[in-house]
Amino acid sequence: MADKEKAFEIRGMNLSYGTFQALKNIDIDLYKNDITALIGPSGCGKSTFLRSLNRMNDLVEGCRIEGEILFDGKDIYGKEYDIIALRKKVGMVFQKPNPFPKSIYENIVYGPKLHGQKKKEVLDEIVERTLTEVGLWEEIKDRLNKSALGLSGGQQQRLCIARCLAVEPEVILMDEPTSALDPVATTKIENLVQELAAKYTIVTVTHNMQQAGRISNRTAFFLSGEVLEIDDTRKLFTNPSNPKTEEYITGRFG
Amino acid sequence: MAARPKLERELVEINDKVTAMTRRVEDAIVNSIKAIKNQDTSLARAIIDGDEAIDDMEDEITEMCYLFLATQQPLASDLRYSISIMKMVTDLERIGDHCEDLAKYAIRMEHEEYTQELIDLPRMADMAAGMVKNAIQAFLKQDLKLARKVWKMDEEVDELFRNIYDEQLDIAVSDSVNTRLSIMFAFVAAHLERIADYATNICEETVFSLEGRWEMLCSGH
Repeated sequence: MADKEKAFEIRGMNLSYGTFQALKNIDIDLYKNDITALIGPSGCGKSTFLRSLNRMNDLVEGCRIEGEILFDGKDIYGKEYDIIALRKKVGMVFQKPNPFPKSIYENIVYGPKLHGQKKKEVLDEIVERTLTEVGLWEEIKDRLNKSALGLSGGQQQRLCIARCLAVEPEVILMDEPTSALDPVATTKIENLVQELAAKYTIVTVTHNMQQAGRISNRTAFFLSGEVLEIDDTRKLFTNPSNPKTEEYITGRFG
Repeated sequence: MAARPKLERELVEINDKVTAMTRRVEDAIVNSIKAIKNQDTSLARAIIDGDEAIDDMEDEITEMCYLFLATQQPLASDLRYSISIMKMVTDLERIGDHCEDLAKYAIRMEHEEYTQELIDLPRMADMAAGMVKNAIQAFLKQDLKLARKVWKMDEEVDELFRNIYDEQLDIAVSDSVNTRLSIMFAFVAAHLERIADYATNICEETVFSLEGRWEMLCSGH
């Protein structure tokens, strides 16, 4: 791993919601252009961890974070860190597709407009570029002004990814991005994620072990708020080092 | 109750089938040398006919394994175990083929007059059969110590093979009456030596299944 550039360095991270400690002493690195899968049973802290990477937990009452999360070498929880800039660089795609109740075009340009982009030709170019990147352009270029809610579930999720790409992020966080989709739409998203890794760093939470195996090159196993193991996905799924990981991935857990 | 009862049940069924196949193969080794020693062609024919059943068992276990892979989607130790079984039954099937060849020698030697008492060849056959039996036991019980022990036995079999080979070669050269027979005995020994080699392959599968790495057991680590 020495030759790979780090996107995130997480050092001694603890996170509590009130008296409940959701994450304990997390000490891992996430590398640029990797697809890192976060796996573990429900309530193990993987989604909490994911949301910490673009400070989405800030909005949760009673949430307290210790330690450091360095993004490109700077602590994102540092006092001077620009949270708007962070969310521009670290985008998020959710479990259920959540397009705005607006046109397809407006969904894509929403972020760039928010960040001050007003030129129509630039916005047009962003719409075409991002929809092309997610493989939707040819499918929907003739109905850009129609409501995004009229798209299928799989198309909506790809639109949400395009919306995320529109502000030119460096990292895309995905929280179970295919759990609400059928196998065909899932395959399209999985293929897309792998293509996107050429340009972006991807961190994804998944409950689908086979999906983690198919798409990621690194996998972290979370249990009770701790990262018990993080390794090359091929190693972790064929010969994990920690017996708890073995129990979990072979389905003999608990 | 097991966390994945269907997976556990399928593994037990596969193991039972492998045990049954091993028993057949083990019998074929012992009987093929018995057929040679006693010039018993009916036993030899039974071994040849019985090889089809061994082939069928290989197909059946392989099918069970690929259905297991497709439906249970095993990972980690379960994945390594099922992959190892698929490789192992191929080794068992090949041992069966060697036994069939040995049985064919028994038929060819039916009317030969043995001028030497067969001692080392039956000993070698017993050792090879024991190695196969214990190698499979080591695998099914995931017993690394036993696997290493069996692996080590191959040295003795190799030594025995070299002795028999040299001895039969000497006879073939010095005793023209027995040349044909001696060459056949040397070939019989070569088949037994290969059978023992397959047993060592099975021992290596045990290491892979247990530890997830390929190891030449001779390295001693």
